[in-house]
Amino acid sequence: MIPELGQFSLILAFCLSIILGAFPIIGAHRNNLLWMSLARPLTAGVFVFLGISILILAYAFATDDFSVQFVAQHSNSALPTRYKLTAVWGGHEGSFLLWTFMLAGWMLAVAIFSKSLPIDFVARVLGVLGLLCGAYILFMLATSNPFDRIIPLPPADGADLNSALQDFGFIVHPPTLYMGYVGFSVVFAFAIAALLSGRLDAAWARWSRPWANIAWAILTIGIALGSWWAYYELGWGGWWAWDPVENPPLITWLFGTALIHSLAMTEKRGMFKNWTVLLAILAFSGSLLGTFITRSGLLTSVHAFASDPSRGFFILGILGLAVGGALLLFALRAPLMKSEFGFDLVSREIFLLVNNVILVVASASIFLGTLFPMVYQAVTGDLISIGPPYFNAIFVPLMIILVLFLGVGPLSRWKRTSTAYLIQQLSKVAMAGLVVGVVLPFIILLEFSLAATLAVALGAWITLSIVKDISNKVSNKITIWQGLGSLSLSYYGMQAAHFGIAVMFVGVGLTSYFSSEKSVLLQPGQSTELDAYSFTFMQSTPVTGPNYIGDEAQIMVRRNDADIEVLYPQRRVYLASGTPSTEMAIDAGFLRDLFVTLGEEKESGAWSMTIYVKPFVRWIWLGAILMAFGGTLAAGDKRYRRLRQRRIAAENEQISGRFSFIKS
Amino acid sequence: MKSHRKERLSIILFITTGLSLAIGLTLFALSQNIDLFYTPTQVAQGEVETGQRIRIGGMVKDGSFRSANDSLRVQFATTDYINDVTIHYEGLLPDLFREGQGIVVEGAIDELGVFQASRVLAKHDENYMSQEVKAALDAAGASAENHLLSSQPET
Repeated sequence: MIPELGQFSLILAFCLSIILGAFPIIGAHRNNLLWMSLARPLTAGVFVFLGISILILAYAFATDDFSVQFVAQHSNSALPTRYKLTAVWGGHEGSFLLWTFMLAGWMLAVAIFSKSLPIDFVARVLGVLGLLCGAYILFMLATSNPFDRIIPLPPADGADLNSALQDFGFIVHPPTLYMGYVGFSVVFAFAIAALLSGRLDAAWARWSRPWANIAWAILTIGIALGSWWAYYELGWGGWWAWDPVENPPLITWLFGTALIHSLAMTEKRGMFKNWTVLLAILAFSGSLLGTFITRSGLLTSVHAFASDPSRGFFILGILGLAVGGALLLFALRAPLMKSEFGFDLVSREIFLLVNNVILVVASASIFLGTLFPMVYQAVTGDLISIGPPYFNAIFVPLMIILVLFLGVGPLSRWKRTSTAYLIQQLSKVAMAGLVVGVVLPFIILLEFSLAATLAVALGAWITLSIVKDISNKVSNKITIWQGLGSLSLSYYGMQAAHFGIAVMFVGVGLTSYFSSEKSVLLQPGQSTELDAYSFTFMQSTPVTGPNYIGDEAQIMVRRNDADIEVLYPQRRVYLASGTPSTEMAIDAGFLRDLFVTLGEEKESGAWSMTIYVKPFVRWIWLGAILMAFGGTLAAGDKRYRRLRQRRIAAENEQISGRFSFIKS
Repeated sequence: MKSHRKERLSIILFITTGLSLAIGLTLFALSQNIDLFYTPTQVAQGEVETGQRIRIGGMVKDGSFRSANDSLRVQFATTDYINDVTIHYEGLLPDLFREGQGIVVEGAIDELGVFQASRVLAKHDENYMSQEVKAALDAAGASAENHLLSSQPET
């Protein structure tokens, strides 16, 4: 009975979404205040009923209700409670419910934090999101209902959650990634609302910016968590594989990064409005594309859900309608808006433009590499795959160019900057960056390499140009503290995010070129050397967990005859499904990670294992954290709030004026 | 020409040049990095050149797995139930690797005619069969279907 309530609640949420998608938008068109004001309560209703739905699904998991097919497929009575609850997103149906619930959460946030926006604008934004939400729920009800029952003979026990998913990363990565992904729907809805109302101006950009920043920051964390999880769980020592399902979040992220820069230009200078709208549509399409690729089963990937083609067609339908509709609206409305070109060839506008071009090209080339195998197969019938070398060959040079410009952009001025000024400001910075790039890797790693020099020099280039910019801004104030206090939160946000890029760049560069790994077969007592470390296999002992059995090895790590750490990698077999799984042991450090994955025991008693030394790998995720921190900081800038309050008064007058006009 | 027209023109030129350069480089990189996929039958019939990097999809043949006792060398046969290809690999195998499981191997045939795998991929979801494996079995025809039904674990 209870699961049926969940489904009932889902149907109610669907009905409310459709009403939300119809009345407020029509109301906004006809200036009907009552219809517009339905938007907020309806949004709350959608959120509540989707919330009830997902709670009921979690309850079915918690109580081991294996008559629900989704629970039977993704849980087991022996599964620890935290994985039972999070198994809600352990498969296609439940994870899509989470996705939709996240959208409802964003909608509720818009309803709550948009008090200062004009009511017709809010009505349109929530209406667009309501339509989207309705389409998602319809998709669930039609093709992937998480509440489907196995009747009349439910299994005695469930098939268990995929053993690779029974991990902390699984608890945090999918919700964060979805939240970031879906957040771009909000920016999309803002853009559509602006197109519908014809009010595509600097104010629209200002309203969109905090949402875009927050969505971008969460997506950054979501991707970083996925990378970190893959690094320690999948056991191949990599942090990015250019997997077809890893790519859509990156595509979305790159469009999103272009978007937050382009929004800055639209807000500050009222320029490139059309381009900004297009980027909002593209970022949103990226998120839908990710869903499509994961759930249609068209591409081979570790992420793919067991799939059926009807789902793929349905999502393709949503994608086509939403993106096609948006582009049609864009085509119809965009020529109405003119952008003027009031800037010189060397100006901040140009640097932002370069940023946008590079990011969009990078995104497009990843898109091409991801979808090319699919297109190739459709045309020729042959199956192919595009390997990491393609992506690296394209992406790495583009990012290097981007970073070169990144050092200049923030120091340049709107409209016009003299080249001589930039050279005077940055020649010392460039020189210092180069010196740091040559010297630092040599001191740390005691060897010279062009790649390491390049990575560190570029990291130093960004960092030093940030320092230069801040010191310029502070120098004309009486004290340093007064100067620092006068800078805005959004300025600090920008610099923090840019510094994050520098940190990540160094991490990626050094870890890519100085990582070592070695697969060995060791008898108890035997050791092996890798870089400056020696690894001794002491012994292996059997271990038993709540739902698995396995072996644990003890590996003593020494450097210069000093003990550093004992690592305990495991090899497990999950009892319910019989799947083997390796749990690597990692000694994480600021400057290097040591890690060991355990293979299997040979008849001789020796164990096979792979040992990795990965310098600076943590810097990759540290960089991502800094970026997300920067994005959040920028979204908290007080000018968004101040302007809201001012606008409130103006809009209220306007609305009451309109209202009295209607009455008369 | 007015100066702002000139500026606009130079910006457009700049963007077009950048874009065409990027597209050209992308297509070049793409053409250099295509890994073609073959079925075990195609490999057995000698359709693959020595040294060409390819992917093979198929099932790990029952009873074909051998591993050296003193090193990490392994060998096994991948099959579409019509022809087999013997795969040599050195390193740790993925968790879900076992006989009767669908896998994809990446590598090339060496001078001695032996397929040396650089990567062995098994899927993390046991209900999910990768496209490559499915295509190989489909190409091999209906006989594979029967094998598949009997060798799939109950789910």
